[in-house]
Amino acid sequence: MADQTLDAKGLNCPLPILRAKKALAGLKPGNTLEILATDPGSVKDFQAFCRTTGNELVESTTEGNVFRFILRRAQ
Amino acid sequence: MASKSMSIIVTKGSLDWAYPPFILSTTAAAMGLDVTMFFTFYGLPLLLKNLDLKLSPLGNPAMKMPMAGMHMGMPNIASMIPGVDAAASKMMSNLMKKKGVASIEELRTAAVDSGVRMIACQMTMDLFEYTLKDMIEGPELGGAATYIEVATKSDINLFI
Repeated sequence: MADQTLDAKGLNCPLPILRAKKALAGLKPGNTLEILATDPGSVKDFQAFCRTTGNELVESTTEGNVFRFILRRAQ
Repeated sequence: MASKSMSIIVTKGSLDWAYPPFILSTTAAAMGLDVTMFFTFYGLPLLLKNLDLKLSPLGNPAMKMPMAGMHMGMPNIASMIPGVDAAASKMMSNLMKKKGVASIEELRTAAVDSGVRMIACQMTMDLFEYTLKDMIEGPELGGAATYIEVATKSDINLFI
């Protein structure tokens, strides 16, 4: 269970990343954010986002046409 | 570790060309980069308080809009007819809204909120007779040397 959930369904690039960044800023380091998105580009983008920012991509799964990510905020 | 940095020279102010600089600047800022945007020539009006962005299919054979399951281009001569460019702009805006693409106003606000440094080209301000009063809060004035100083210290420099 993530500490917070962000519904980014229906949003296109770069909005899922921008909303996720905003949500992460409100989390305590080490806490997790669940993101739901329908933008297929978000799969690669969240990988790149996490590699660059040091936040951890704990999970990346697909359920139907919804992409689900769990990010852990960097310490 | 010192953060990475990026600069973008913004030279185009039509509805379509306004997207790449704002998408890249907001995303880079979200990824922890220090970002500077230098607005010059037709890019400068993107800083005006009230945006009324338009595009023109004129001379743009790559612009093909999805319509009834097909992709439709527009012959150059159609752009000569009054109202056609406005209609094409409206069509693009509606399509973007339908596809969940952010508005330029939304991306610009995100850029300001995430601390993107914005420089308005002083020469263009003089040329087209704008003052900072016409612009949103945030931009500073500067010239080519101001930009070059930023560019020498940036990891990524783009011209759009």
